[in-house]
Amino acid sequence: MTPQLAIFFVLAALAVLGALSLIFQRHPIHSALSLIVVMIALAGLYLLMGAEFVAAVQIIVYGGAIMVLFVFVIMLLNAGIEERTSFSKLAGIAGIPLSVALLGFLAAAIARSNESAQAGLQTGALANTKEISTMLFKDFVYPFELTSFLILVAILGAIVLAQREKS
Amino acid sequence: MISSLLAFLAEHAVLVIAIIKIALLLFIVLTVNAYLTWFERKVVAHMQSRWGPHRVGPHGLLQPLADGAKFLLKEDPTPAGVDKFTYFLAPLMALALALTSIAIIPFGPDPLPWTIWGQKVYLGIADLNIGILALFAITALSVYGVALAGWSSNSKYPLLGGLRSSAQMVSYELALTMSVVGVLLLAGSFNLRDIISAQAQHPERGLFGWNLWPQILGFFCFFVAAVAETNRVPFDLPEAESELVAGFHTEYASFKFAMFFIAEYTSMITVSCLCTIMFFGGWLSPFPASWTFTHYLPSVILIPFGLWVIWDGIRYETIFGRLILPGVGTAITAIGAVLVVFPAVNEFIQGPFWLLSKIFVFLFVYVWMRGTLPRFRYDQLMSFGWKLLLPVSIANVVITAFAMLAKSMWGAK
Repeated sequence: MTPQLAIFFVLAALAVLGALSLIFQRHPIHSALSLIVVMIALAGLYLLMGAEFVAAVQIIVYGGAIMVLFVFVIMLLNAGIEERTSFSKLAGIAGIPLSVALLGFLAAAIARSNESAQAGLQTGALANTKEISTMLFKDFVYPFELTSFLILVAILGAIVLAQREKS
Repeated sequence: MISSLLAFLAEHAVLVIAIIKIALLLFIVLTVNAYLTWFERKVVAHMQSRWGPHRVGPHGLLQPLADGAKFLLKEDPTPAGVDKFTYFLAPLMALALALTSIAIIPFGPDPLPWTIWGQKVYLGIADLNIGILALFAITALSVYGVALAGWSSNSKYPLLGGLRSSAQMVSYELALTMSVVGVLLLAGSFNLRDIISAQAQHPERGLFGWNLWPQILGFFCFFVAAVAETNRVPFDLPEAESELVAGFHTEYASFKFAMFFIAEYTSMITVSCLCTIMFFGGWLSPFPASWTFTHYLPSVILIPFGLWVIWDGIRYETIFGRLILPGVGTAITAIGAVLVVFPAVNEFIQGPFWLLSKIFVFLFVYVWMRGTLPRFRYDQLMSFGWKLLLPVSIANVVITAFAMLAKSMWGAK
């Protein structure tokens, strides 16, 4: 086993354990902490693939900004320990088969994908920050701008909602 | 036996050297932290016409040791109703993240003049391609130490402190990140060494080649946002003692409190390093490269300072001081003399000398602000961050980008 593979399994186990703990913890702050562990483990996986920039941004944006906001809101609402409810029947009948099906589809798609798609998963394919920015601002500039427009609309929506509540 | 051990060490030279460097840096940083508290108390005291610590050791120089012993020996009660796991995790996180960020700072341009097991040894532990981004990633996580400490203490004032700190960090992190984009555009790299060497393109200009002049807006935004991120005066609302008792660390005692303290001082050092590296030319000398006589400046400062310490020491009021201070002064004078006698050592020391001097100036500015400025009101803090700092730092990015475009189009030099 190469060191890379060993590190991969450690990080992957960390991510899965974090995700499970996120679901099974009964306190919202502990769930949020588990989610941070998942985010950092994912960043480690990106780093393992040589995508330094994506790894750093993953921690800054998800681990930092977004999760701080989660923790902030949980602290602000002073949310207590959650009650366990009985398992809903819909989740048992539809949820579990659907999630197994989704897992199967994803695995099949990755397994059957062609060479060029897999090349993107190889080490160092997206290492260079320059390449990422060229791709974002040249090849995919319209989707990129559309996304930022969408975010702008969402921000405006949030401001409108907040203002309405005040008056 | 010994030869096989040496062979083993030589085989894993990269790892062994890294571990030794980490241990050394840890020791240095923690010592500097301890004496930073002494320095801060002394400077603030003199600003307020007091003497500051002067009972423990000559000039109070052993005060940090006494403080450390006190932190270790104090009772460490755990308040009732705390969230145990998070309560213990928070100070650990704060300290670990603060110390990790120092690892990315490079402390000198050249490797050591000799190689160890065939390896060139640079000053600084990790030379990352994404240096500055990695630092921001660590800073982004370090808010959890404060926020979780506030939440897990099961107490009103710490909770308010934790809330304030997470809101403050989220608000100022945007400005902090945007304000360095100008520097990154000029350097074309995230690597801290590259950022410094981009400022060395005109060695004949000396300090006018630094990023400070084209990025004066960026520097202003960065320094203010960084002070806010380190929770220092005038942005120390998370621990505002006049409103929140002691803010987020009210319920912490003994060494857990010391860990928050060390984390805060370490992040002060990191911010001073970053300001120096990104805007003040890092280890570059402020004088034009042709002024080689300025290379004797370290000696010119060290020898008179050492002599003054000797002179002060022999007249000191306690016997302990009369014994210790002249010895310290002799050591300082000797270092200065060695630098004059061995030009090779002097050349090697130039980069670290300037870097450390500039870092020291920034640490003094931190203390100076603490002694001078009153604390912000909370709403002032928020409107300052969002309405002034963020727009100015974004404007700085746009101005820098247009200036660089114009320069490349019309080729002004």
